[in-house]
Amino acid sequence: MLPSELKEALQKVVGPDRLRDDPSACLTHSYDATPLFQKMPDGVIYPKSTEEIQKILSIASHYELPIITRGSGTNLSASTVPITGGLVMVMTHMNQLLEIDQENLTATFQPGLITQHLHEQVEKLGLFYPPDPGSMQISTMGGNIATSSGGLRGLKYGTTKDYVLGLTAVLPSGALLQTGGKRYKDVAGYNLTQLLVGSEGTLAVITEATVKLLPLPEYRQAMIAHFSDLDHAASTVSEIIAARIIPCTLEFLDQQTVQVIENYSQIGLPIDAEAILLIEQDGPKEAVLQDMVRMEEICKTQNATYVQVAENEEERKQLLAARRNALSALARLRPTTILEDATVPRSQIAPMVREIRRISQKYDIQICTFGHAGDGNLHPTCLTDARDQEEIERVEKALAEIFATAIQLGGTITGEHGVGLSKAPFLKSQVGTLGVEIMKGIKKVFDPQNILNPGKIF
Amino acid sequence: MKKTDASWEQIGEKFVQTMDRNQLAQCMRCGFCLPACPTYQETGQEEASPRGRIALMKALSEGLITPDQTIVDQMEFCLGCRACESACPAGVPFGQLLEQARSSFAEPLPRTLISRFLRRFFFHWLFPYPRRLRLIGSVIAFYQRSGLKRLFHRLGILRLLPTPLREMEKILPQVNSRGVRKYLGSTIPAQGKKRSRVGFFYGCIMDIVFTKTNINTVHLLTKAGYEVVIPSEQTCCGALHAHAGEKEQAIHLAEKNITAFQQARVEWVASNAGGCGAMLREYPHLLRNHRNLLDDAQSFAHSVQDVSQLLLQAQESLPFHKLTSQLVTYQDSCHLRNGMGVIQEPRQLLRSIPGITLVEMKKADRCCGSAGIYNLTHPDLAFSLLDKKMKDLRATQADTLVTTNPGCFLQMKMGIQRSGLTHQVRILHLVDLLAEAMEKGSSSIPSSRFFVSL
Ligand SMILES: Cc1cc2nc3c(=O)[nH]c(=O)nc-3n(C[C@H](O)[C@H](O)[C@H](O)COP(=O)(O)OP(=O)(O)OC[C@H]3O[C@@H](n4cnc5c(N)ncnc54)[C@H](O)[C@@H]3O)c2cc1C
Ligand code: SF4
Ligand code: SF4
Repeated sequence: MLPSELKEALQKVVGPDRLRDDPSACLTHSYDATPLFQKMPDGVIYPKSTEEIQKILSIASHYELPIITRGSGTNLSASTVPITGGLVMVMTHMNQLLEIDQENLTATFQPGLITQHLHEQVEKLGLFYPPDPGSMQISTMGGNIATSSGGLRGLKYGTTKDYVLGLTAVLPSGALLQTGGKRYKDVAGYNLTQLLVGSEGTLAVITEATVKLLPLPEYRQAMIAHFSDLDHAASTVSEIIAARIIPCTLEFLDQQTVQVIENYSQIGLPIDAEAILLIEQDGPKEAVLQDMVRMEEICKTQNATYVQVAENEEERKQLLAARRNALSALARLRPTTILEDATVPRSQIAPMVREIRRISQKYDIQICTFGHAGDGNLHPTCLTDARDQEEIERVEKALAEIFATAIQLGGTITGEHGVGLSKAPFLKSQVGTLGVEIMKGIKKVFDPQNILNPGKIF
Repeated sequence: MKKTDASWEQIGEKFVQTMDRNQLAQCMRCGFCLPACPTYQETGQEEASPRGRIALMKALSEGLITPDQTIVDQMEFCLGCRACESACPAGVPFGQLLEQARSSFAEPLPRTLISRFLRRFFFHWLFPYPRRLRLIGSVIAFYQRSGLKRLFHRLGILRLLPTPLREMEKILPQVNSRGVRKYLGSTIPAQGKKRSRVGFFYGCIMDIVFTKTNINTVHLLTKAGYEVVIPSEQTCCGALHAHAGEKEQAIHLAEKNITAFQQARVEWVASNAGGCGAMLREYPHLLRNHRNLLDDAQSFAHSVQDVSQLLLQAQESLPFHKLTSQLVTYQDSCHLRNGMGVIQEPRQLLRSIPGITLVEMKKADRCCGSAGIYNLTHPDLAFSLLDKKMKDLRATQADTLVTTNPGCFLQMKMGIQRSGLTHQVRILHLVDLLAEAMEKGSSSIPSSRFFVSL
């Protein structure tokens, strides 16, 4: 419940319907897609314009009210769980695609725009926005930008950070900050655009964004390779890159993951293979076909037990759909699915996967591993039951050890999900004391009262 | 009527007792169901989404929050279309959770006198008794045929009715109180070589409002080689009861149906209404605490097939004739699609009719807003969904719209009338279009026109 004076002030901005503080509204904004975290906010607000957000934030500043900006609440680091209470600000009503500029190849939109809607609209014009997080059918672009989302195509095309050109954002004071614009080059001072990308709602509220677009690749082809030995799969990845081929996706699935996906979608995946690689290439048709032939050869020389190149568009989509559903299919095995995203340099994939196996046996926890092998971004996924306290303790120990291993191998605790609440305790071991001090300093400049998503990141 | 705190407490306790914790724990809050949910898409509010409703149920079952009117309203606002189930990668059985939730407040919730009367009338007095339903049917039939209808229209008396009822009155097909058994008898032999013995579940509304479709269903089945039995002891499937939280009545009806079809010794139970078929398949869940009935419920549920499934299997015995060339589009019945998983069969049958071009309507899998009696209880959302549906329908430029459920049929027909498409699009049950294609040149199935004028 909100204090009545504060409530009145906010209601003056958005009216009675778009401000709620009843149990139904509060409870349904007490969680996101991260297991094990839940906390009730004091209220929920649904702004419809930048001006409203400016007014809301200046009221929040005045009352020192925490503001938790929320897109669709699909993040996996408890980044929108209102751990200190406060007001959850839902951005989904601001979902307009404002412009597709075909001359400058940019798109400008409001932050509540659903990622997939952007994809559909630009693709209609023969254009391409590559970042494709597994949640794109429901994630918002604001959420993507604030977590710098990755996706399957990260290896070749990079992630969200590589596409954001300009932002409009509201600071806690209510002031409006414009960064960047429709220009591909801009070195006027510090790169504030990139500072806001991945800032998880802790620095400012993004109210408009401009991203760059590419021409839609002419042709795509996908293939699958099965391996009876994990090391063979890992060496295949290294060999493909060593042969100077950059496929647009290069996905790795371990045996348990394959079994679960097959069970869920019945598309004829081999349930006895140790590992599967799913490889996709796009570009001019000639070049794609040439790359496919060469990659097929590499898979064979690296002892793949089976290689299949998708025959048509339908088959290609099916292969990729399997991967897209991976996490979700895993969720059928046990009640609770904890998805992590430890990331290592590409050359360290095999040692990392082997370590994850060892750790999973040590703590007797079922861990399925899949991920973006091309860029070293793995998703070790713990299948467990949140209601079993003893097991959860083992899960937590196992995860801590996985993070430590990733850092040791020159990797990171999170490749694409963000730090949020769930990985805040590990940040220092990743970036060091100095790193954390500098980040805190930056936070102070933007948000001296610490009202934007407090308790997150550090 | 004002609800006392005591009754909210009682409802809270009911939630704790009723909700299945294991089913609730299956939801991982990924949000993949949000784009599929009509009430979320319409409102943009998490609490009106499947994930939000599940979170509310979970919190209630854990006693984390106490129920209130807003939460109850949210559960009632749900269409029960189960599109979230088809979208859910984790296999959360939302339909079952919704029924548990609704049964938690169905009884203790103090309702207005009139609402209590209506619930008793429909759920306890009317639907469980086919004969009473037929009686009502004959009253409506008399009204439609005697000239009373014309008189009422002229006098403008119908203006007194609420909008959804008024619009429904306009488009209600000629009601027939006699039902399929009266016309065809209780056992209808297969034509040609017999495939198997099928029990026909005629559905209480179907049999009164769509007698002709039921007759056509039986004809098609026999033509396809099935011997058809129509057990007289069958009754309402109980879907409306279960969805409204009237669980005990639903169980009672389920028992009767299981026995009726067991005694008929059939291999399959055929349904031609998505809503009924999906409910019949739910019997094992409904009877999960009735050990002595569970086995029977399971084998009964396994035998339930939509008529399109049975016909597709026997397609070679159904040589369809060429129809006047036309564009046809198909609107999924939510429960046929999301409850029974029947998606391709009706489309495949349609494609196999010469002369027909099937065009997919955008969002054909989205609920039309009929949802049982939803269009009476929540007319605003129901009409909004319907009007969007009509836009998508118009965009297909189809001449014929095909549905597979009586509720959808009536709702869509109302939509067609509302949006002035009456002269562009005709609406048919799948079975009636198939019958049209069968009858051309074939004398064994009497003309559909014959049935229209029955
Ligand atoms: C099944 C599944 C698969 C996933 N796959 C991927 C994947 O492949 N790659 C990947 O990177 N992620 C993935 N994710 C994680 C998640 O979907 C992404 O992080 C996504 O970008 C979150 O978008 P959202 O709209 O749900 O944001 P939310 O979860 O609502 O918010 C995420 C963060 O962004 C902040 N935020 C949101 N909007 C704004 C705004 N307008 N201004 C400032 N801050 C804002 C929030 O405060 C929060 O810190 C997956 C999640 C699930 C459940
Ligand atoms: S899709 Fe399924 S698991 Fe995901 S939030 Fe919806 S109900 Fe829960
Ligand atoms: S049943 Fe339909 S309306 Fe209800 S939550 Fe599921 S998708 Fe939404």
